Amino acid sequence: MTEPLLRLDNVKATLRRRRSEQVLLNGVSFEIGQGEALGLVGESGSGKSLTTRAVTRMLDPAFRVDGSITFDGASVLGMNASALRKYRQKDVGMIFQDPRAHVNPVHSVGDFLTEALVRDRGVDQREAERRAVALLDEVGVRNPEARLRQYPHELSGGLLQRVMIASVLLAEPRLILADEPTTALDVTAQSDVMAILDEQRKARGLSLLFITHDLELAAACCDRLAVMYAGEIVEQGAHVYDTPTHPYTVELLGARPDIDAKAERLPVLTYNREIHERLKAEAMA
Amino acid sequence: MSTTDEPIIVAKNLRKVFRAPRGAKWDPIIAVDDVSFELYPDECLAIVGESGSGKTTVARMLVGLETVTDGSLTVRGESRAKGVKHLADRRRWAREVQYVFQDPYSSLNGRQRIVDIIAASVALHDTAKGTTPKAAAQGILDSVGLGERFWTKFPHQLSGGQRQRVAIARALAADPGVIVLDEAVAALDVSIQAQILNLLADIKAERKVSYLFISHDLAVVNQISDRMIVMEQGKVVDQGVTSEILANPVQPYTRALRAAVPRAGWKPVRRERLAV
Repeated sequence: MTEPLLRLDNVKATLRRRRSEQVLLNGVSFEIGQGEALGLVGESGSGKSLTTRAVTRMLDPAFRVDGSITFDGASVLGMNASALRKYRQKDVGMIFQDPRAHVNPVHSVGDFLTEALVRDRGVDQREAERRAVALLDEVGVRNPEARLRQYPHELSGGLLQRVMIASVLLAEPRLILADEPTTALDVTAQSDVMAILDEQRKARGLSLLFITHDLELAAACCDRLAVMYAGEIVEQGAHVYDTPTHPYTVELLGARPDIDAKAERLPVLTYNREIHERLKAEAMA
Repeated sequence: MSTTDEPIIVAKNLRKVFRAPRGAKWDPIIAVDDVSFELYPDECLAIVGESGSGKTTVARMLVGLETVTDGSLTVRGESRAKGVKHLADRRRWAREVQYVFQDPYSSLNGRQRIVDIIAASVALHDTAKGTTPKAAAQGILDSVGLGERFWTKFPHQLSGGQRQRVAIARALAADPGVIVLDEAVAALDVSIQAQILNLLADIKAERKVSYLFISHDLAVVNQISDRMIVMEQGKVVDQGVTSEILANPVQPYTRALRAAVPRAGWKPVRRERLAV
């Protein structure tokens, strides 16, 4: 196999406090190949968002990061300021849960979409607008010319998230980091946005790191899954959804209500830190 | 639930129109349009729909947070369409129908210990029944799984699931006939969601309380509700027994909603290709 696009090897993130230290990512390792999609699944506090922040080196300076993160063979942790800026501008594109928190409310959709192209890439304004319109059309935004003159508050959540996807695709990145991009949306808008992301990504051969708490959704849109618990990946691979082997994954899958069958009572997770530590100790022995 | 019982809530041709205030220019928004349903004792009725479908507006009219534009809305035979005049009526209304919001953090007083939050509600609605409000509050917190070590905590010291238990306890403190659960489990992790759904099932079995369960998540609705109504753009487009509707959805909008729920073997579909 050729060198993966993104590789994390034993990444550890430690939060340094005045008198104590807390390890919040503990030995996270995974690879994403060119054109491959990895779903990083876990509950609140499991460290999945911290992982994406580590990948883009956006962790708070209070964190110490150990291990290695390489993108296309280059060490992300070793990049100087200009290499890091280029990496964030050109190589990775980010989509977040709340698009409204990541657009400037006083700039029009057109300004938002064309700004980076015009400023950083030297594309002229008219060409940038032409590209923006073409992409909005591809991500299913009707009447794209008129949308360019609208402001974020005039758009629904699902529409704004499609604008975000368009803005990421415009930058022509090689890796997309999508952190719970559909959590705030209705089921139909979620299906819509994920289908668009999926088809655009595949058409362009982009890699995807998809962060979600929803195992079903991740399984539907990713080649492989990695399940996180307490800052560690407990299980990863293509088998995770259909034939999970780790007890935490098994319990997590069982706790979700099933639309095809009502349970007498939903199974409650028994997995906890104590069991987690014991299993780890047993695996080491 | 049995159909021989009198319904607690009857909504007939309910309508809510939001009009622009003076000086503002926008067309009236018909949020709820000709909605009728009944809620019987000891049943869980789900209202399902996308954001903007009007499901929350129906619930807000029920507790008096919105006025009714047209149609009738009665709770135990008493009309709620006209609004309340006296504080005592307002209190009685609140006692009959309690409301649990999606985000408990913004609906709990951050400066009060949780036992005091619950005790205040017990005292207000005079539901202590021969004991002190504080003792009654402790009993209610126990029954929602918050034991003694939680009683003196403040809301910010609790996790999201624990805070939602406090919100449920506060609703129970009024000893209501109906609890409105407005996306009450939507923001919770899967493991916590399962615990809260089980807790709600236990409370319903024990207290014979009715739920009006507002949600866009059909898998959750399938787990908890007896009957459901589906709303689209303010109108009811489908209603019936939950298990029957979900086993064999006939209405196109219900089919589209069901098809959008991720499950084994599912693939996301673009909306224009969904049969809406």
